Amino acid sequence: MKAFTRCTATAAVLDRADVDTDQIMPKQFLKRIERTGFGEFLFFDWAKDPDFELNRAECQGAQILVAGRNFGCGSSREHAPWGLQQAGYEVVIAPSFGDIFRQNCVKIGLVPIVLPAAQVKRLQQFNGRELTVDLEQQTIEDPSGELTPFPFDPFERRRLLNGLDDIALTLEHEDAIAAYEAAHTA
Amino acid sequence: MARSLFEKIWDTHVVHEAEGEPTILYVDLHLTHEVTSPQAFDGLRLAGRKVRRPDLTVATMDHNVPTLPGPIEDPLARAQLDALRRNCEEFGIRLYETGSGREGIVHVIGPELGLTQPGMTIVCGDSHTSTHGAFGAYALGVGTSEVEHVLATQTLSLVKPKSALVWFEGSLPSGLTPKDVALGMIGQVGVAGGVGHVFEYAGETISGFTMEGRMTLCNMSIEAGARAGMVAPDDTTFAYLEGREFAPKGAAWEQALDRWRALPSDPGARHDREIVVDVAALEPQVTWGTNPGMVAPAGATVPDPDEYADPDERAAVARALQYMDLEPGTPIEEIRIDRVFIGSCTNARIEDLRAAAAVAAGRQVAPGVTALVVPGSAAVKRLAEEEGLDRIFLQAGFEWRNAGCSMCLGMNPDVLLPGERCASTSNRNFEGRQGRLGRTHLVSPAMAAAAAVAGRFVDVREFEVESVPA
Repeated sequence: MKAFTRCTATAAVLDRADVDTDQIMPKQFLKRIERTGFGEFLFFDWAKDPDFELNRAECQGAQILVAGRNFGCGSSREHAPWGLQQAGYEVVIAPSFGDIFRQNCVKIGLVPIVLPAAQVKRLQQFNGRELTVDLEQQTIEDPSGELTPFPFDPFERRRLLNGLDDIALTLEHEDAIAAYEAAHTA
Repeated sequence: MARSLFEKIWDTHVVHEAEGEPTILYVDLHLTHEVTSPQAFDGLRLAGRKVRRPDLTVATMDHNVPTLPGPIEDPLARAQLDALRRNCEEFGIRLYETGSGREGIVHVIGPELGLTQPGMTIVCGDSHTSTHGAFGAYALGVGTSEVEHVLATQTLSLVKPKSALVWFEGSLPSGLTPKDVALGMIGQVGVAGGVGHVFEYAGETISGFTMEGRMTLCNMSIEAGARAGMVAPDDTTFAYLEGREFAPKGAAWEQALDRWRALPSDPGARHDREIVVDVAALEPQVTWGTNPGMVAPAGATVPDPDEYADPDERAAVARALQYMDLEPGTPIEEIRIDRVFIGSCTNARIEDLRAAAAVAAGRQVAPGVTALVVPGSAAVKRLAEEEGLDRIFLQAGFEWRNAGCSMCLGMNPDVLLPGERCASTSNRNFEGRQGRLGRTHLVSPAMAAAAAVAGRFVDVREFEVESVPA
């Protein structure tokens, strides 16, 4: 997994509630058996609308997405976070996330940050401008110079900062898995 | 200390726990299908890893398979199914292929084969894995990275979710179905109402549900944002399981019953939250928007965005009505439909088909409406045909198809065309879910059959339901 420490980049705002993973990565792209090449299909149907928020000139090249509540609800498709990551996004900030989507993000090194709705609204005024997200310090610096601290699970933070492989971490406890199996196999 | 059903399952599956770390939880059953697994198997190969417990892993083909006989014409769908077949061979995994007679939607075949059992931890790369919670299992959907994690380690690395007791108060009026209960619950708690929580459903209504009904309700847990949904196992559960292919037999069955009977939440068990849903005044439900929480009784009208105080919600409702091409104030019963889909992991079990057939019997699908009935598995299809349900549907002008996910998610030839409006027994009415620019209204199987006949939404209780030959 890709390690993440900090990122200074353009922020793009998608201020819609309950954006589901069917919108982030529509069904027809789920038939691919590769793990790459999803970036160009991000928000495929919405992106056809020239007025779609992320089509605006100031959002081009954005690496930080500032989203609405319950972002990534619905289907478990990891193709949705793959699409975001492969389109260049490194961080998604929202008041809340769909549980599976959030989990998928953490697993692939796309950083999901939860902030109170009022703070997300405040950050939305910086659409098209640069934010600095620092996972080590757990802060977001905006163009006004203000630092917004954010909470992050300490274990997940360590995994992301070091780019640790989840499976390798679990296999450190292989003895415990074997012992569990020995005790529970009928 | 008094423990809840969820806590009991969690506690007995802990492999490793340490302060400040996620818990490593053992997985008893890993179900897999063609769409979310190929990249996980590739990951194993790249890392030189094996599947730790192929004997606890079961695969089927469901999302991509056409429901009409004949070859698979979509080369991408075919490649994905071929990849699953190769991966199952290479890693020694049991696969119920299309045409094997045991294939079907992963969340239909798990229970019907008796693989799904009380007290288990069950994982699948599919959000509707919550279905299996109907048996008193902790069943959750995961993404492809976690599929790979389970394949390699037979465990999940998880932070313990919170638990919520969802208590259904009052007696369900006659003519109301588990789907109406599920949609009514989601309408009340909202599509994010369950985020971070496992729902335990309880109350007289739930104990009165059949296993099929409990599966419909647990299936929709994810649509309320919940991590999982579960119902305490009881005699209804045991009667459903007894004699099924992979259910314990003989002395092992008796031992299993002893274990399972100890699973229900102890009196005084604590939950992080309690939610009360009153079902006594529930009416048949129809969604009008683009998420399952945008739902109303059949007798209501399409809401006006201006009625919503929260600006985010107001914007979402306005956008949904625009997509759905609906005017505020329109009576739901005046909404005309083009298509009907009876199927999916939510509502394609035998009881669902019986309920729809009871409404369809002796009637005709309205002119201009195309209606599809897709059994959830090959076994459901066989049973329905033994009962003569296929003839009832065919005589009424419905199409009778082979098992698969079909028009629930538009990954196979069964899709809505742009602008088409569908009464669907599936679980998601997201934009484009059933086909680009298609418009989905979620309903129960009986309501879908009634809509097929009327050509518009009607309260199914207005139909005189005829008895179906057993």
